[in-house]
Amino acid sequence: MNASDPDQVFLQEAQDLLEQLEHSLLDLESTPGDGDLIDTAFRALHTIKGSGAMFGFDAVAAFTHHVENAFDLVRKGKVTPTGELIAVALAAKDHMRMLIDQPANASASAGDTILEDLQRFMTAAIGSASEERPGGEPVATEQTVWRIRFRLPADAMATGTNPLLLLDELRTLGEASVTALTGGVPSLEAIDPGLGYLSWDVTLRTDQSRAAIEEVFLFVIDEMELDIEQIATDGDDAIPPPIAQSDDDAPLKFAPVPAARQNPGGETRETKSVDTIRVPAERLDELMDRVGQLVIAQSRLKEIAAASNDAAMKSVTEDIERLSLELRDTTMGVRMLPIGQLFGRFRRLIHDLARDHGKNIELVAVGEETELDKTVIERLNDPLIHLIRNSVDHGIEDPATRAASGKVPLGRITLAARHIGSGVLISILDDGRGLDRARIRARAEENGLFAPGARLTDGELFQAIFQPGFSTAREVTSLSGRGVGMDVVKRAIDGLRGTIDVASTAGQGSEITLRLPLTLAIIDGLLVRVGRGRYVIPLSAVEECVELSMEEDARSRGRNFLNVRGDLVPFLRLRELFNATTPPDRYQKVVIVSAGDLRVGLVVDQVIGDHQTVIKSLSKLHANIKIFSGATILGDGAVALILDIAHLVEHGQRHEERLKAAS
Amino acid sequence: MAKWNGNRSLEVLTLELESEMFAVEALHVREILDLVPITDVPRGPPFVNGLINVRGKVVPLADLRVRFGMEMKPPTIDTRIVVLELDLNGDPVIVGIRADKVHEVIEVAASALQEAPKVGMRWRPEYIRCIGRRGDDFMVVLDIARVFSAAPHEDANIDAPVAEQQAAWAGSESLKEH
Repeated sequence: MNASDPDQVFLQEAQDLLEQLEHSLLDLESTPGDGDLIDTAFRALHTIKGSGAMFGFDAVAAFTHHVENAFDLVRKGKVTPTGELIAVALAAKDHMRMLIDQPANASASAGDTILEDLQRFMTAAIGSASEERPGGEPVATEQTVWRIRFRLPADAMATGTNPLLLLDELRTLGEASVTALTGGVPSLEAIDPGLGYLSWDVTLRTDQSRAAIEEVFLFVIDEMELDIEQIATDGDDAIPPPIAQSDDDAPLKFAPVPAARQNPGGETRETKSVDTIRVPAERLDELMDRVGQLVIAQSRLKEIAAASNDAAMKSVTEDIERLSLELRDTTMGVRMLPIGQLFGRFRRLIHDLARDHGKNIELVAVGEETELDKTVIERLNDPLIHLIRNSVDHGIEDPATRAASGKVPLGRITLAARHIGSGVLISILDDGRGLDRARIRARAEENGLFAPGARLTDGELFQAIFQPGFSTAREVTSLSGRGVGMDVVKRAIDGLRGTIDVASTAGQGSEITLRLPLTLAIIDGLLVRVGRGRYVIPLSAVEECVELSMEEDARSRGRNFLNVRGDLVPFLRLRELFNATTPPDRYQKVVIVSAGDLRVGLVVDQVIGDHQTVIKSLSKLHANIKIFSGATILGDGAVALILDIAHLVEHGQRHEERLKAAS
Repeated sequence: MAKWNGNRSLEVLTLELESEMFAVEALHVREILDLVPITDVPRGPPFVNGLINVRGKVVPLADLRVRFGMEMKPPTIDTRIVVLELDLNGDPVIVGIRADKVHEVIEVAASALQEAPKVGMRWRPEYIRCIGRRGDDFMVVLDIARVFSAAPHEDANIDAPVAEQQAAWAGSESLKEH
């Protein structure tokens, strides 16, 4: 993407604004009277209209104009935002997105229908509202004279505010006389042509209310100084002359630095907008790539330094190590996004799905501030949509069924995220009917996944729903629910080096828990040697390393369990798994790794040490090998494979369960 | 022998395997490397059983000997790695292949190219694009993308690694005796 392309800038901005609009609309549904939300929505609409027209997106601007008009009534309190109105507004928002993204596919008639709907709401509402207009605000046709003094922030023009347009807008309200106050203008050599030094004194005779005047300044009101006073009402002919220039600053007491000091809220907003910059995502990717290369070069340096006796070299190497680690962390931090961004999208999904299915569902989001790498977030979108859809479709019952089983009619889906170790746990919890074990079992046996009557743990049984083909079996989905495309979910989560756990209580709901790494780019790894090959075990999965003594080794033959402080941990000899041909080391080590609550020991020849692992994915030609999740480049330039712990643990554990079942 | 149906000349890189002359189209060739340290991929497909580091990228390394049923041999001083850029079912993939010897890049005139004979070939016909004449010698111009995308039976067991692995586990743990 070319960041300087104005169209792209508009598209970016419009995306953000549409998202903002959607959020405020959805929030508005639960708190219909919230003026701030209405203002946010209105501002978003207004800005889309304005920039749309500026960048030549005329269809967008025209459509948005109508929506904005309708919404203006909401803002003025003449129309209450009901559920139906929000639904239409959301449809309008979708149409706007369509007009922006794929103008060719946007049908004009769909837009017209939406506008008609909106219009219907508005006329209906106005009809009833006009009779019961509250008498509080003096909206009468009576003419009032206002004295308006304002000063824009000095850099207002840089942010696109033109004082002349504001003055023109004031003139449309009534008869205005404008005086520029020049007291703030510095001497010629001190003038910065980019800044505005003038303040304005306007005397306005109008039949409009104070609110209407304030509205002119809607978009700058937080940053500017504005003073509106009523001087006279109609009949009072004595309009005071404009203030003489000599007492410019006296009445307003303008502070030398025109900041938004009167409005602390406005101040924070200002700071935010200045401190945030927009960077194309691909530049971040490039940066991460460079950092990855730096980390590889650094570990090579570390190896060279370790072999050298030069103290100065060692100290520089340590500095570089520290710096590159900090740089790595900072860079990863830059790529982190709060998951709330993703959760926000699902509010709409659940809103629409619930409406379509005639169910009442509320979404509770917990831990929205939890941060994840942007790539992970992007790739989580589809699997989460699948899971949520399943929860709405098959998990949550319709209100009548819920009532019959003694539940509150309002179903609840909880999306929760939190950090654990160097990963993130995301769970999708619903209080619906839960998974039907008997059905799943029957279907799985039918498919030959399990032997009939086999003793299975819940974990094993529920893994069946992730089998390709299993899920699409219609008779299962329609009866017991669950599983449209669950194999797709599984694959996506595997691709993120994550794991899925399913828990369910019949009649009370189910919980699907995803464990995900924070980032896909760089991990801390433990470098081990098996035979001649070196491998990386993600350090986050490592619990401890113990020695496998000869006696223990001999004793454990035949039953591959290790006694770790009273716990039996199954272990795997990687030498055998990898067909190592060299003679084994005398003292084999066991690296105990865990995925979730499950543990397994991996027997290696040598534990070499920790290693900053820049993850490189394996090519298509190796996509079938499940025991490796990727590869990395070591300090000496050789390639080492990264073990897929989830996969190994799953195997080890399944094996253990089978043993238990057999004993 | 039938004439090669293409009427353009071909620019190819000639390389040697077991004293047989092969050629790959030069447009696929990215670079030629001396032998670098190779990382084995345990349980990987026999044909692509290694990984190498090519300028910071992890690149799979294939051995054509596996595809052509040749005996495996240790590398010699002449062994080279030819790094190729291929299009495998729509995705660009960078791979390395091992060659006993790399000769040169030459342009073979259309008249010196002919279709591979249907019979009497040692190599499976689907891997061969055409036969080129070079002086009195012949060389086999490979359809290198085919060589990589075809999944002949020798690799079939890799498509079911889970079952295979489980078998290995059961074997390694000698449970049944217990």
